[in-house]
Amino acid sequence: MEEELKGMVEDLQVLKGSLATLEKRVQNVTSLAKTTPTRRSKVKDMSSEVIDSNPYSRLMALQRMGIVENYEQIRDFSVAIVGVGGVGSVAAEMLTRCGIGRLLLYDYDTVELANMNRLFFRPEQVGMTKTDAAVHTLSEINPDVVLESYTMNITTVKGFETFTESLQNKKFSTSKHGTGVDLVLSCVDNYEARMAVNQACNELGQTWMESGVSEDAVSGHIQLLVPGETACFACAPPLVVASGVDERTLKREGVCAASLPTTMGVVAGLLVQNTLKYLLGFGQVSPYLGYNSLKDFFPTMEMKPNPQCSNSACLNRQKEYILAKPARDASAKAKMEAEASSQTEGPLHLDNEWNISVVDDSEIEGSTSNKSDALPEGLVRELPISDNYENKMIPVETNAVTDDLDYLRKQLDALNAD
Amino acid sequence: MEGWDTTTKSTLTQIPLLTTKAGPRDGALWTQRLKEEYKALIAYTGMNKSNDNDWFRISAANPEGTRWTGKCWYVHNLLKYEFDLQFDIPVTYPATAPEIELPELDGKTHKMYRGGKICLTVHFKPLWAKNCPRFGIAHALCLGLAPWLAAEVPILVDSGMIKHKDDAATSAQ
Repeated sequence: MEEELKGMVEDLQVLKGSLATLEKRVQNVTSLAKTTPTRRSKVKDMSSEVIDSNPYSRLMALQRMGIVENYEQIRDFSVAIVGVGGVGSVAAEMLTRCGIGRLLLYDYDTVELANMNRLFFRPEQVGMTKTDAAVHTLSEINPDVVLESYTMNITTVKGFETFTESLQNKKFSTSKHGTGVDLVLSCVDNYEARMAVNQACNELGQTWMESGVSEDAVSGHIQLLVPGETACFACAPPLVVASGVDERTLKREGVCAASLPTTMGVVAGLLVQNTLKYLLGFGQVSPYLGYNSLKDFFPTMEMKPNPQCSNSACLNRQKEYILAKPARDASAKAKMEAEASSQTEGPLHLDNEWNISVVDDSEIEGSTSNKSDALPEGLVRELPISDNYENKMIPVETNAVTDDLDYLRKQLDALNAD
Repeated sequence: MEGWDTTTKSTLTQIPLLTTKAGPRDGALWTQRLKEEYKALIAYTGMNKSNDNDWFRISAANPEGTRWTGKCWYVHNLLKYEFDLQFDIPVTYPATAPEIELPELDGKTHKMYRGGKICLTVHFKPLWAKNCPRFGIAHALCLGLAPWLAAEVPILVDSGMIKHKDDAATSAQ
C-alpha cells in the first residue's frame, strides 16, 4: 500500500513538471504569434566577423576561401528581375539573401492558390500582387536591399516605356556606363514578354540572362545574352536550338502547363549562380546551360549572333561590336603581354632539337575566315548564298498619296456603323 | 495550313496581305503599317458582310492605333452570343501577335490566360510567326479568334458557363 502511494506521488511530481514546461511552451508560442516579426536593423558595412548575429558572415567567408576577391561590392549592383513567378521569386529571394544592392521587380499578376506548388509565396498572400507580396517578404528577410516594384505588363507600349525608363534610372549608382542596372534577369513564362525584354536590352545594349522551364516541368535552361556579342533571343530562340520545338508553340502557365518546385528551384539556382559569377567576377560565366532532369544532363554551348537577325537593334549592336574589334584585340594583346612580361624571362627550353616555333594564332584565324565560304572539293551548296538578304524586305508598293489614315479610319467606322 | 476548312482558306486568300514590318514605336513606318491594317480590316469586314457572315466590330481606341476595342459574336443553336473584344498591339509587333482578349469570359474556360486572353498558342501563333510581317489584325481575327469562338462557345453554352442574354434576363426576373 505504502509502496503504491509513493509511486503515485512520484508520478504526480513528474506530471507537474512536464505540465510546467508545456505551459511555458504555450506561452512562448502565443507570444510569438502575437508579436509582429522582429525586423533586424540595417547593416552599414558587411562584416566578416563570425558571430551568430552577423547575417553576412558566411558570405564574407567566400573571400577567405579565395573564391571571391571583394564580396562587399555586391551592394553596388542593381539587378532587374522580370517576372516574379516560380523562377523569378526564388531568384529574387536568393539575391536578397546574398545582400544584393538593389532589386527591380516586374510582374502584373496576382498570387493564386494554384501557385502554391512552387516556392516562395505563402497561402496568406493569395490575392496580393506578386510584386507587393515579394517586396513584403524580401524586405523582412533583408532590409539592406533597395527594392523597387513595378506592377505592369511590359509588352504593352506604355508598359515597355516604363520598363526601359526604369532600367535607365541611374539614381542608385552613378558609376554605371550604360544603364542604371548591371543585369536583367528574364524569368517570364511566355514568348511575347521574352521578346519585349530582348527588344529593350538590344536597344539599351544591356546584358541580360534568360531563363525558362519547359511546359512538362522536367527541363529548363539559362542563357547569357550580351547584345552584339552573343545571339539575341530573336537570333535563335533557345528551345529551337535545344529540342527542335518551335518556341512560339510553347504553352503558358494558365493553359495547363505543368510545374514542379524542384525544376524551378534548380533553374533559379543556376540562374543566380551565373549572376553571382558574372557580377562578382569568379569562375566561368556560362553562355548557355541546359538542364534535362530526366537524364540529369547539363549541356552547355555558345551561340554567335545571327547576321540575318530580324531584330534591327540586334544588327546595330552587332555592327558596333565588330567596329570595336581592333580596340578589343589591342587590350587583349596588352593584357597578354603584361602577363607574359610578369613571367620569368629567358627561353623556356634550352635546346630545340625539332625546331618547333610558336606561330601567332590571329593571322591564321584571319586567313581561314576569308575562306570560310569555300567548300572542300566535291561538295556543293544546296541553297544559294543570300548576299542581299537585308534588301529583300523593302516594301514593293509606295503609293502613299492616295491613302490617308483618317479616310481609312472613317471607312472602317462606316462599315462598323451598320 | 493543312487542317483548316476550305471556307476559312478561301476567305484568308482574299484578305490583303501587309508589307510594312513596323511596330508602334517605329514612327512614320507604323503609320504606314496602320494604313495597311485598316485596308485589310475594311476588306475583311466588307467581305463578311457580303457573305452574310458578319461576326465582329473593331476600331482603334486611341489615335496611335495601339489599343483596339469592339465586339464579336457567335451564333449557336440559332442564338447569338456577343462578347466585348479588346487587345493591345504589343511593343514587339509584328514579330509577336496581338493577344486577343474577351474579358467577360475570364475565368470561365481554361483555354484562356489571365485577363481573358484567349489561347492562340497552338492553332495560331506558328502561323503568325511564319507569315510575319504579312499577317495583320484582320488575319489574327480570322485565324485566331474565329476558330476559338467556334470551338469554345458551344462548350461554354452546353456546360452552362454562359447564358444567352434573353435567358439571363428571364431568370433574373
